[in-house]
This record gives sequence, C-alpha cells and structure tokens, in this order.
Amino acid sequence: MTATESLPETVDADAAPEPRAPSLPIRRLTNAAVPLGTAAVLLLIWQFGVRYFDVPTYIAPAPTDVGAVFLEELPLLMRNFWPTFTVSIVGFLAGNLAAILIAVTFVHSRVMERAFFPIAVFINTIPILAIAPILVLIFGPGLTAKVVIAGLICFFPTLVNMVRGLQSVNPQTLELARILSASKSEVFWKIRLPSSLPFLFSALKIAATTCVIGAIVSEWIGADVGLGALIIDSTFNYRSPLLYATVFLSSGLSVLLFASVTVAEKLVVRW
Amino acid sequence: MEGIVQDPRGGRHIAASLSGASVTFGSFTALSDISLEIGAGEFWTILGPSGCGKSTMLRLVSDLVPPAAGTVEILGKSTEAARLAREIAFVFQDATLLPWRSALKNVELPLEMGRKRGIDIPRGERTPRELLELVGLKGREDALPHELSGGMRQRVAIARALVCQPRLLLMDEPFGALDEMTRDRLNMQLLEIWRETGVTCLFVTHSIPEAVLLGQKVLMLRAHPGRVKEVVEIDLPEPRNVELRETPEFNRYSSYLRKSLEDC
Repeated sequence: MTATESLPETVDADAAPEPRAPSLPIRRLTNAAVPLGTAAVLLLIWQFGVRYFDVPTYIAPAPTDVGAVFLEELPLLMRNFWPTFTVSIVGFLAGNLAAILIAVTFVHSRVMERAFFPIAVFINTIPILAIAPILVLIFGPGLTAKVVIAGLICFFPTLVNMVRGLQSVNPQTLELARILSASKSEVFWKIRLPSSLPFLFSALKIAATTCVIGAIVSEWIGADVGLGALIIDSTFNYRSPLLYATVFLSSGLSVLLFASVTVAEKLVVRW
Repeated sequence: MEGIVQDPRGGRHIAASLSGASVTFGSFTALSDISLEIGAGEFWTILGPSGCGKSTMLRLVSDLVPPAAGTVEILGKSTEAARLAREIAFVFQDATLLPWRSALKNVELPLEMGRKRGIDIPRGERTPRELLELVGLKGREDALPHELSGGMRQRVAIARALVCQPRLLLMDEPFGALDEMTRDRLNMQLLEIWRETGVTCLFVTHSIPEAVLLGQKVLMLRAHPGRVKEVVEIDLPEPRNVELRETPEFNRYSSYLRKSLEDC
C-alpha cells in the first residue's frame, strides 16, 4: 500500500456552513433585562427628582401622574388615537407607493430621473413644518391634506433607497439574463424587483416612524381631533400629564408601525 | 477521440469558429484577429496573463459583446441565433444565483426567462431535480444560496447551465474562488458531466495545473492586445483523474505552459 492510499479520509471541505447555535434563554433574558432595567431606573430618577425638587406638575409631571392620567383619560386618548392612526397608515401607503412607482420610472428612463430628481431633492429640503400650512391651504382641512403631509415625509427616503435597490443588481446577473434572452419585463419582475426588497424595507422602517411625525404635524394645523391636536390642546391648557400621556401614545404608534414593518420584512426577505 | 463526431467529409464538426475576430472597447483593443476552430465535444482551456481578454473571448462567443471585425459562428449559425436557441450556456466566476430562490428554483430560471420574447425554450433530457442530483446536491433542492457553501453554489450554477442542454458550455474561472480540495472534486465532476453529455467546453482559468488536467487543448493568449499565442494539445490518457498530476507527462506540459506564459 502506498503512502497516499493509507492517508486518512479527508474532511469534507465543501460542507455547508453550520447553522448558528440557538441563543441561550438566559442570554435572551439578560438581553431584554438590561434596556428594561435602564428604563426603569431612569423613570425612578424622574419620579424622585420631581418629588424631591418639588417641581410643579404643569412643568414636569411625575411618571405616576402621567400613568394615572393615561388610565383616566383613556377614552379621550383613544378617540384621538384612531384619526392619527388612519392618517399615518394612509399616508404611509400613499407616500411609499408614489415613491416606488417614481423610482421604477427613474430606473427605466434616465431623462425622467434627470428631469425630476432635482425637484424631489428640493421638496425634501423644505422643512415639513413649513410646507404643512401650504398643503392645508391647498387641500383644505380634511383628510387629504393630512395624508399628503404624512405621505410626503415618507416619500424621499423610499425614493432614494428604491432607486438604489433597483440598480443594485450584480452585473453578472444581468449578463446571465442577456444570455437567457430575457425581456425587460422579465428582468424587472424576476431580478430587479426582488433585489430591491432589502433596500425597500430599510426605507419602510424609516417611513414607519416618520409617517407618524407627519400625521401629528398635520394635526397641529386646524385639526380638532388626533394626537397632534391633543398635544396642542393640552399644552395650551397646561394639562402636562395629558400632554405626556399623548406623547407616549404617539411614540407607541410609531413603535407599532415599526414592529409591523420589521415582522413583514422577516417574512418577505428570507435571504 | 470520444465526443468528437466525424462528419462525412472526414473533417470534424465545428462547435465554434472564429475568423479574424476582434473586440474593441472605445479605443482599447481587447482581442485582435482571433481565428480558431473549436471542434464539437472538445474541452478547451484558456490561459493567459491578466488582461489578455480571456473573459472577453467567452463574452464574444456568447453574444455578450459584438465583434468589431471578423466573424464568430456557433454550430454554423450566428452567435445571436445560437443564444436564442439556448445552445450556449455560461458559468460565471461567482455562482450568480438569485439569493431569494431555492437551489431548485435557480436551476429552473432558464426555463422561465425568455418566454416573453417568444423563444422556444428547449428542455433538456434531465429535469432540474435530476441535474441537481447529477452535481451531487440531492436533498438540498430547497436550500437558499446563503445556506450553501461556495462549492455547492457553483454546482447549482453548473446545473442551471445544463438545464436547456446546451451544445457549448462557457466557464469563466468557475472554481477560482474555491479551496484546492473542493476545486479538485468539482474538476472531476465537471469532466464526468462533459464525458456524459458531450457538451463542448471552453474553460478560462488562471491555474496551469487546472488547464492541463481539464483541457484536451490549451489556448494560450497573449496580452495587449489579446491575440492567440499558441494552442497546445494535451495528450494525456482519458478519463483524466487527479493522480495524473504526479506523472512526468503532466509536469512536462505544466512547465512548457509556464514558460510560454512567462514570455507572453
């Protein structure tokens, strides 16, 4: 027997990468406990700080005051929550849909991109607070103006990311498509659009939180319901605990939308 | 020799024929005056210094870049006709799989593309599932590319290239990024597929041993501009195996090609 033959069998170097070990439940628990604990400590500092320095409630309410108002005024808060929820969702859908469609035309036509991209950049540079009154003047005090404001704030990040996503296709993949004599629409539906999804979802995560900002800003101008209107109302009436409760509810709405987009991303982008 | 069909006139069938073909990009000449005849069923490997136009040569044959001068014919047809008939398949340096598609779905991609153009998509004798089995990936049909190793991904790409039963298989350093052992194994697997299907292979590589091990003929290109330096026939016993690398004949070819590559 020769030396080569008696060599031990070689390891399979071509084996698939091993799946990552599942994280221990203990580690997950501490991962959650650290930020939660920090938040709890900060709330305690706030609570005792306000009480110790005798800060008047209208300047800074203690967390317990806010919590009490939150429970007492829950019907009022929810009555104002749903309009803002609707404006945020409809604005989110409208703004992102417009951005996606315009990104598709930009990718297919250099002329369109050159003509309209600078305008999109210009609109994005106008602060949303400055453009909101103009839009209310144009569209009136109804739902339309609010949806446009919420949609507008989502629009630009999605446009930029979607254009990048649609252009992110590996050049070799496009060569492959050419060898397969693929049509433009086949390349779009089977290659470009799926390639853009990770980029789209990063933009949608931004939009999930900014659309709530847009909705609230839109309710500052001439609205009588909605979390934005409630913020203005409770501020001018020195109802600080209610103001704080409204602010927490607003951020709760953002978190809800953000979490929904994250779950959708996990389901769609599996690669 | 196996795989080469004799035609009635006594010559061999020609899979690809280039005469005076050049490729230019702007003022840069990538390939200049290439004249070659590649027999049907032959296995050619292409060697040459960096920038000599090895990849461009494959892109010329596969209708990805047009010739600036001269002609290229595939099985007596234009490269475009051959591409539309799916007689040409390409395996890239990266596996170029669609990351959201399973291994099986990636192999099926060529059957879905080109329908809108109304081209008649030939189905090979083997189903996508059988092709995955042929390249040793039975049981991994539903795996996504990121769940596979580099070697496995490249094998999916080879299965995809074979799905329309091409007559000409072009490979651009397909195993360049793999480790030595995986590369050896895939080389042997490729030769088996070649013997079994009778497909004509054009295989670009940087590795002299790989070129000698696989190629019946080694095409040596010269750079600036890319031209044919020589074609070296490799007369080693068939079927080839990795042990051939220990033989003096193999080393003779390797050192000859190394010298030839040095004075390119």
